[in-house]
Amino acid sequence: MIQEMTVPFAPTTHCYGGSLAAQLLWLIPAAPVVASGINALLKQPKRRTAATLAIGSLACSLLLSLFAFGHVFAGWAVGETVRETVNLTWFQFGSTSVDLGWVLDPLSAVMLVMVSLVGLLIFIYSTGYMKNDENYTRFFCFLSLFAGAMLGVVIANSLLLLFMCWEIVGLTSYLLIGFWYQKPAAAAAAKKAFITTRVGDVFFLLGIVWLFAQTGTLLFYNNGAGSMEAGALSGLLAQPAALGLTAAGAIGLLIFAGAAGKSGQFPLHVWLPDAMEGPTPVSALIHAATMVAAGVYLVARVYPLMQAGALAGGSTTALTVITWVGAFTAVFAALIAVAQNDIKRILAYSTVSQLGYMMAGLGMGGVAVGMFHLITHAFFKALLFMGAGSVIHGCHEEQDIRKMGGLRAQMRVTFLTYAIGMLALCGFPLLFSGFWSKDGILEAAQHWSVAKAPFYMLVFGALLTAFYMTRQVSYVFFGQSRSAQHAHESPRVMTVPLGILAFFAIALGAIGTPAWPWFRAFLDGRVAGFDWQGFAEPGLIGLMGISTLVVVLGLGLGWMLYGDKSPAPEEPDALESAVPMVWRLLRDRVYLDELYGATVIAFYAGWARVSDWLDRRVWGGAVAAVAAMTGFGARLNRFLDTNVVDGVFDKGCEEMGVGGGLLARAQSGRVQSYLRMLALAVIALAAILIWSSRP
Amino acid sequence: MSPLAGFLIVAALLFSIGLAGALTRRNAILVLIGIELMLNAANLNLIAFWRYGPHPEALTGMMFAIFSIAVAAAEAAVGLGLVIQIHRHAHTTDIDAMNRMKG
Repeated sequence: MIQEMTVPFAPTTHCYGGSLAAQLLWLIPAAPVVASGINALLKQPKRRTAATLAIGSLACSLLLSLFAFGHVFAGWAVGETVRETVNLTWFQFGSTSVDLGWVLDPLSAVMLVMVSLVGLLIFIYSTGYMKNDENYTRFFCFLSLFAGAMLGVVIANSLLLLFMCWEIVGLTSYLLIGFWYQKPAAAAAAKKAFITTRVGDVFFLLGIVWLFAQTGTLLFYNNGAGSMEAGALSGLLAQPAALGLTAAGAIGLLIFAGAAGKSGQFPLHVWLPDAMEGPTPVSALIHAATMVAAGVYLVARVYPLMQAGALAGGSTTALTVITWVGAFTAVFAALIAVAQNDIKRILAYSTVSQLGYMMAGLGMGGVAVGMFHLITHAFFKALLFMGAGSVIHGCHEEQDIRKMGGLRAQMRVTFLTYAIGMLALCGFPLLFSGFWSKDGILEAAQHWSVAKAPFYMLVFGALLTAFYMTRQVSYVFFGQSRSAQHAHESPRVMTVPLGILAFFAIALGAIGTPAWPWFRAFLDGRVAGFDWQGFAEPGLIGLMGISTLVVVLGLGLGWMLYGDKSPAPEEPDALESAVPMVWRLLRDRVYLDELYGATVIAFYAGWARVSDWLDRRVWGGAVAAVAAMTGFGARLNRFLDTNVVDGVFDKGCEEMGVGGGLLARAQSGRVQSYLRMLALAVIALAAILIWSSRP
Repeated sequence: MSPLAGFLIVAALLFSIGLAGALTRRNAILVLIGIELMLNAANLNLIAFWRYGPHPEALTGMMFAIFSIAVAAAEAAVGLGLVIQIHRHAHTTDIDAMNRMKG
């Protein structure tokens, strides 16, 4: 049963929490949370204070994150994999204790810098986007709380702390999707997001409880006693669960269910496109760059558990499931994205698809492959969303791409940055970060030992990605304007963050090329050397050729079909006239929402009706009977009270009054009568003394 | 009858006279005099027990008595001062009339 353990992740691990960077790590999430608390108390007109607090606190977090990253980097530069933990006991029952803690290692350091940097840019952008909203302070309160909780997820060294922050993140997601709660669609989308992710979270919680029951600790790393370290893992491997899985595999799958809910993996992806009802900065921050990536981060964080029991080059059940789910989601969501007309919905399905890529990358290639795509995707998808927000802002809150068109001339900066983001997302060769991170995943898929199908699925997904992004950009920026109103460029406070993100969308590619795989080396704790020979690996050039071909094909097809044509809003889509059946299927999101409505929701509605009937008839009757009996008992009690208890009490009081009056007479106020009593008492005492001392 | 018993009987008589005066007189000054008598009876006991006790060579009883007399003198001064103040205030020295602190 026990297989050979292979733990290539972090060969030399230093577990100590002595350094200043690790000690101060908790301040990174604490600063935005404090800012959020203060913002919650601010009055609505204090807009400037609210924005300053939120942005200032996140800037502090960014500086601290950079400091922490520098510390890890310095350790890495001298050949050590830094992994510092600070653990504290939350409470204790019996001999088991529940511990919380935080960890500073390459994974959390990279993620910290990404979250706080992207978050800061989006905060700044929000000051422009939400300029005219009356609930400005509330917005920044929620946004800060989100940032704090998200940073908490990143630094958590305990599955429990991670879960708590995870739930706060879910809560803020709910609050921000429903930020314009006067819109019924927004309120419904918020509920849908909260409840759908809850389905995954129930499994996640089960996994946590099981893990705690098996290993007695929820800490990831604790000097060899943590649940992600060799001792606990071999125990989990030795423990069989149902269906031929080990406990490690079963817990891994349960945790993945939680990750799938948060990261919008099929079949729990349905909430993410609806979440676009929230303000666009929220979509950029929460539903593109950070929160939805939390699921991917979680899988990366518990990767030793997912990987436990794998032989060299092999896979585990958990990783195989993750790969298939990820690959299927990648293609499925990309297909739906082709037939959407809402600018943000297209991006939402694209996010789902890219999250599928990350999951597949984790499943097949390891932590670094998936995480690299996560980081690059965070930047270019935040860029795309903020660009979309800028377009929506410029087009007077219009979101239908069929009613835009020709914006290239009117919104130059937005167009340029959007084009960079779009090319990065498509994976346009060599220049853009998305190319390198997606190629890493494709390369891993090519070498995957279990099956070859995910590779073809992901290549097909890449084709679709290039296609639907070209369609969107053609509709929005090219052709003739189909809007009655004149579009205008957004203010600088919105375009400057776009420019910064565009820079990163290009520049980040440089740290993950095959010639200089710095990112992978940094996460794996290896030395990164610059070597052109990296390209000479067999099959790599061929793979790059395939992916270039696919991207160019997708772009070309898209341009051919949509290009400069600018069809009228009423006109059917070019593909719709070709294959109307398929188009309708995809446009209506494969009827999954309707399917859920007809099965799960209908079941719950029926069950609720049954419960309601039971409540009214059965339990209601029981409650009424109990109430009647209680009423009778109360009347009996009152009778006893007035006639028996009160009589006794009143009599007692009267007697006390009489006794008091008698005693009061002795209190004459005459000193001499007191003295007389004293003298009598002394004489009596003397008499007793003499009497008792007689022989 | 030993000499000590005689002293003690005299002291007891003196105390009883003082007590009777303190308890029965209405005049505050006479009550004070009764108290002085009781104090002196106690002083007499102190001297008697010292003189006929096991260590008559140590001057303990004498010291006690002198202290006691000093305290009694101070007490008499304070008491008479109070009586004068009360007289000024209420124009009487009848202690039965002084019951304003009755609860």
